[in-house]
Amino acid sequence: MILGIEFPPISHVVEWPDIIGSGPLAVNKVVILMWLTVAIVFGVMYTASRRRALVPTGVQNVAEATVDFVQEGIILQTMGDDGLRWTPFLLTLFTFILVGNLWEIIPVAQMPINARIAVPAFLTLVVYLLYWSMGVVHQGPIGYLKTSTIPPGVPKAILPLVAFIELAQILIVRPLSLAVRLFANMIAGHLLLTSFAVITAAVFALSGVIVIFPFSLFLLIALTGFELLVAFLQAYIFTILAAVYIGGAIHPEH
Amino acid sequence: MLNILAETTGDLEAGLTAVGRGIVYGGAAIGPGIGIGIVVGNAISSMARQPEAAGMVRTTMFLGIAFTEALALFGFVLAFIISG
Repeated sequence: MILGIEFPPISHVVEWPDIIGSGPLAVNKVVILMWLTVAIVFGVMYTASRRRALVPTGVQNVAEATVDFVQEGIILQTMGDDGLRWTPFLLTLFTFILVGNLWEIIPVAQMPINARIAVPAFLTLVVYLLYWSMGVVHQGPIGYLKTSTIPPGVPKAILPLVAFIELAQILIVRPLSLAVRLFANMIAGHLLLTSFAVITAAVFALSGVIVIFPFSLFLLIALTGFELLVAFLQAYIFTILAAVYIGGAIHPEH
Repeated sequence: MLNILAETTGDLEAGLTAVGRGIVYGGAAIGPGIGIGIVVGNAISSMARQPEAAGMVRTTMFLGIAFTEALALFGFVLAFIISG
């Protein structure tokens, strides 16, 4: 009986029909969730900054805690004091990715926007262009290539090999892993939750095997909690890596 | 017999592709799994020895994890790319 469970194919779970329009500019669920993400982030930050109380309450508390976290937990740890100028960019990156990931576990929405490679790929493109242009502006094109491909203290004999690996690192591996890490984590979590939801629903429908129903239901709830952790962790890792890459382009010694 | 073989070839190919995908991702996950274990284990022991350096160690730990994890991610992408 259990063998009768049919898992939806991947294309069913992550591809949504167009709601408005058609073709490449069509609007589907993911796009609407993206707009909602922007609206929520903007709304929270705007209302928090309008009425600034000395003792923060409600929305202001949330906003201040987030800004504090990005400044203390990410920027000061990786870029130092003068990295604080980058707070607006990194805060935007962090909050957008975090809220976009959280759609995964919010009922009705239940689709992380970062499970479509286009979203993390675009965010990565922005970070990629930023760290290259920062490196070229602050160190010059030759200087940036030199400081990022030739690590100090490497024996001359293996220097060409190390330099080649480091060059591949800043050209291909960094952007690829940055985009794919976020994408892979979110799509894996989405498929995991889908699978357990399907199993739980199918077992619930079969009254005969009620014994295993509590297990699958419990795992579904536990995994939802786990995905909350993953959503936060991936937003944190993406932002911290962006900060490290940009900081490394500005100050080569770090 | 030959007829049956001819009929099942398509299924066989799809099945072997699926097996190949599993092997590719599983194989690519072994090394990074060990590597991340070493990174996190050492980070925890250094945090326990010097709790005041925990913030710095945590940041560096995430960086180390990110570099180690890149290999597993290549395996993930490759598993998707493989087609029958």
